[in-house]
Amino acid sequence: MLAGDEGLTEAAKDLNHDDSWTVAGRTFKSRLIIGTGKYRDYAQNAAAAEAAGVEIVTVAVRRVNLSDPSQPRLTDYVDPKRYTYLPNTAGCFTAEDALRTLRLAREAGGWSLVKLEVLSDQKTLYPDMIETLEATKVLVKEGFDVMVYCTDDPVFARRLEDAGACAIMPLGAPIGSGLGIQNPVNIRLIVEAARVPVLVDAGVGTASEAAIAMELGCDGVLMNTAIAEAKDPIRMARAMKHAVLAGRDAYLAGRMGRKRYADPSSPLAGLI
Amino acid sequence: MIIYLNGEEHQIEAGTSLTTLVSGLVADPRGVAIERNRIIVMKSQWDQTILADGDQLEFVQFVGGG
Repeated sequence: MLAGDEGLTEAAKDLNHDDSWTVAGRTFKSRLIIGTGKYRDYAQNAAAAEAAGVEIVTVAVRRVNLSDPSQPRLTDYVDPKRYTYLPNTAGCFTAEDALRTLRLAREAGGWSLVKLEVLSDQKTLYPDMIETLEATKVLVKEGFDVMVYCTDDPVFARRLEDAGACAIMPLGAPIGSGLGIQNPVNIRLIVEAARVPVLVDAGVGTASEAAIAMELGCDGVLMNTAIAEAKDPIRMARAMKHAVLAGRDAYLAGRMGRKRYADPSSPLAGLI
Repeated sequence: MIIYLNGEEHQIEAGTSLTTLVSGLVADPRGVAIERNRIIVMKSQWDQTILADGDQLEFVQFVGGG
């Protein structure tokens, strides 16, 4: 029995138990992953991670600031012992750059779970799937566990999975756009076909959109800007936590059928 | 002699090891990864890596990002 189970019916206890997901042999309870960019400072970032209840945060690999060693360091605020750091290749436009970045990330962190993204151009930041697929193959061969940012193309998603990706991460909309899930049909097709976790990565702008991703059956959602650029990032972080939980529960519960006309909720018999 | 560190020219004594260079520049080298002429030098190799004139070094670490 879990803490908080006292006095609950069996059905309610079931709901209280974890609904975890596993990627590359690592199990997580939270289905929300947040980035660590664009926040006012690392302290705000840490507070958002706390409010969002996340266990994984994405991080970037960049040059050490040697001219000003007093600059705050991410690790002093977002504790790598508490949070799983997921190194990301944001800003890489070729497979070669992404490989170089992730090899350095593995040396810096000492772990092999990484997120690959290879972008095509600055204006759309749309994934370059040819480069992404090539980089995935090399990384898998080198022993990395690769979560892959990709287009919402079900064919490429399958190709990535065949290449050994440990998670498929289609965009909901362009990075930082906040446009929401633009192609729910494709996301659903990817979810139905995948044998590895599927997480919507990028495009979510507000809580309802995170819930939609989860209602489509995704295993999780990754976001950065939606929280970091909210007027109150901490509150939005909490909203996203609730949205992901609500969306997941709604997916598991199974929504009602859509009808063309009304169907009264109160009995018609006994009307006065 | 001159090396290039994170893209900037840097003057060092001949015979300087990577460990010596790091300790003079980085207070806490945990979480720092180093590339020398595009090849990663693992932490266990820093001691025995003696820098050469014209070496291109990259010191990187995790920072906030999406």
